[in-house]
Amino acid sequence: MKRLRPPRRGIALAAAMLMATTGLAACGRSNSGSGPAHLTWYINPDVGNADASKGGQATLAKECSDASNGKYRIKVQLLPNSASDQRIQLLRRLAGGDKSMDLMSVDPAFVSEFAAAGYFAPVPQKMVATFKQDRVQSSIDASTYDGKLMSVPFWANTQLLWYKKSIAKKAGLDMSKPVTWDQLIKGAQQTKTQIGVQAALYEGYSVWINALVTGAGGKIVENPNATYENIKLGLDSAAGKDAARIIHEVASTGVGGPAVGSSTETESLNLFISKKGGFLVNWPYTYGAYTGKDKSDVAATMYPETVKGKDSRPPYGGIQLAVGKDSQHPDLAYQAAACITNQKHQADYMAASGNPASRKGAYNTAEVKKAFPNGIAAEIRKSLDAAAARPLTPYWGDISTALQQTFSPPKSVTQKTPAKAQNFILNVLNGKALL
Amino acid sequence: MTTVAEAAKGELTPEEQAHLSDRAKGERRLGWRLAGPAFIIMLLVTLYPIGYAVYLSLFNYRLTDPAGKKLVWLQNYATALTDSLFWQAFVTTLVIVIVTLIVELILGMAIAMVMHRVVWPRRTLRTIVLIPYAIVTVVSAFSWKYAAQIDTGFFNHWLHTLTFGGFSETYNWFGGRWSSLAIICLSEIWKTTPFMSLLLLAGLAQVDSAQEEAAKVDGATWWQRLTRVILPNMKAALMVALLFRTLDAVRIYDNPYVMTGGANKTETLSMLVGTETVSRVEIGMGSALAVILFVIVLIIAFVFVKLFKVDLTTSGRS
Repeated sequence: MKRLRPPRRGIALAAAMLMATTGLAACGRSNSGSGPAHLTWYINPDVGNADASKGGQATLAKECSDASNGKYRIKVQLLPNSASDQRIQLLRRLAGGDKSMDLMSVDPAFVSEFAAAGYFAPVPQKMVATFKQDRVQSSIDASTYDGKLMSVPFWANTQLLWYKKSIAKKAGLDMSKPVTWDQLIKGAQQTKTQIGVQAALYEGYSVWINALVTGAGGKIVENPNATYENIKLGLDSAAGKDAARIIHEVASTGVGGPAVGSSTETESLNLFISKKGGFLVNWPYTYGAYTGKDKSDVAATMYPETVKGKDSRPPYGGIQLAVGKDSQHPDLAYQAAACITNQKHQADYMAASGNPASRKGAYNTAEVKKAFPNGIAAEIRKSLDAAAARPLTPYWGDISTALQQTFSPPKSVTQKTPAKAQNFILNVLNGKALL
Repeated sequence: MTTVAEAAKGELTPEEQAHLSDRAKGERRLGWRLAGPAFIIMLLVTLYPIGYAVYLSLFNYRLTDPAGKKLVWLQNYATALTDSLFWQAFVTTLVIVIVTLIVELILGMAIAMVMHRVVWPRRTLRTIVLIPYAIVTVVSAFSWKYAAQIDTGFFNHWLHTLTFGGFSETYNWFGGRWSSLAIICLSEIWKTTPFMSLLLLAGLAQVDSAQEEAAKVDGATWWQRLTRVILPNMKAALMVALLFRTLDAVRIYDNPYVMTGGANKTETLSMLVGTETVSRVEIGMGSALAVILFVIVLIIAFVFVKLFKVDLTTSGRS
């Protein structure tokens, strides 16, 4: 390479410095002067991602900015795809005291961890009622840590039991009444069809295990607010064994499909769409994503029961909104959160993105009923009332990973697995085993 | 020049030290004055983090649970050293180090000898050899990953064609521990052999061609000239190359991280440190593992320097 002559080198240097300073200026904008405050909202990927024309979170950000009468402007930042990558990115920024963490979309699995670490700005007392208003109970539960509301319920997800009417009829199942896992397994065997479940080594498997345990009246964690030394687990119990038995049956009888051990939401949905698919437990996006021939044959009902006669506890998911502790505009951020989660935006967002609202009122709107026809909207709403969140402990991340590892592959799950998992989790939490 | 070189070695007996000339003493003082500031900064930026890591490793400390921070002394070390996951990562790392080192040494030596002998086009050749080393590891890891994957890869296609259908076109390289490690090692070898060969080339340049010619005249075979003349004469360079590559390979992270993410028992020690510190934010356990990794590196360096008598100050000289 030829050396730059001094004058040109000087220009290059000046240009580089100019770029560096403008870059810094862009980062360190403090808005202490006049004009709207700039809020940054870290969003999880959804229907529009950063595109404000698709009805996703970016659209809500734009509409709320416009409605704020110049008080604030929300800029969205897209988080990575997987929940665990989202957690790491948020955690790093929160732990590092990033001042740009004004608003963030957090998976309920990590809300407790962040809340316990003191990473969230407290919800203003006078807004608690607003954020709890008209919300389904499970979404309020998931936002609460140690008795206090720590985040704002945004959208609330739940799993339904999806089935093909023709196959349920052939199996002789009365789907108007609650069905049990055992009935489903038998029905699938009779009709030589398969049940889509999530049992790959990932968070979705923990979702299934938790739903089975809570459905049998048990709890994976008995005292979610406890420290790691005093935490008590309820896996080594009758409920834990019921869960293990069902997982074992689904995997070993083959009704879970040939690749049950590597099945995530996508694989299980594909299994359901295929000719062999008869039943599926999955989130509401299933209806929109179903590409099979006869869509009118697809229906949804309440999540299956673990134990006959005991109401099931469907999995809870979704997203909570939180405000970072180092945000420079916590009050404005909470105002923005109120706008983002108002009745109209909840209905709009649910219809456009397929992500169910946490407000009950949204389910009675025409646009939501159109997006989730055949009474599916009502089923989602019913399921959300019964839904159980994953244990709201700050250690859920470790517990979940340890759980997935001991329960994998699903074929090897026995009646001893829950006790083994309980032991391993306690060792991991107390620093006596690596994960 | 001899005095300067000896003074620089810094390992003189007290008797010799007493006889140092004024000039040598002055040289030594100047040396300290020149290198001192850099030395102090080095200590500051490396010693403090290392000391802090050692301190943190004595705690059960989770970043998101500051209230639960508890002094546990050496429990983290005991846990790590008795945990099967640690030894699994240890074996994985060891396999990668040994395989890549042997292959790189042989390949690197061959390439170095070619580069040493070739007169035209010497510069072009050296540039071409260096290309893999100039590529960012993450990029090369992704290239190798895509090349070996079932859907995007061409490995299976070639192997299938070359073996006349004997090799399955749907073979999943990343489905098992050893096949994954094979690709990881291949990528690592491709990437760092140039570094090895450059260091060895520097060593080859130091070999006195007169000695080689004398051996040739005496009727020594090619193998005899290599093992009796060339290799002994470039031992220092050889050992430095081996030491650098070993220390590098022990800390391997990006290649397996990109290719398997640690699945199928391919997690290396560095990755284990990363998982504990970054994903689990278990700062105490992560620090303990980092310290263990550091000690392993120290032991390797010690073994090389003491046992193989590598003198880093006179590399290239015999």
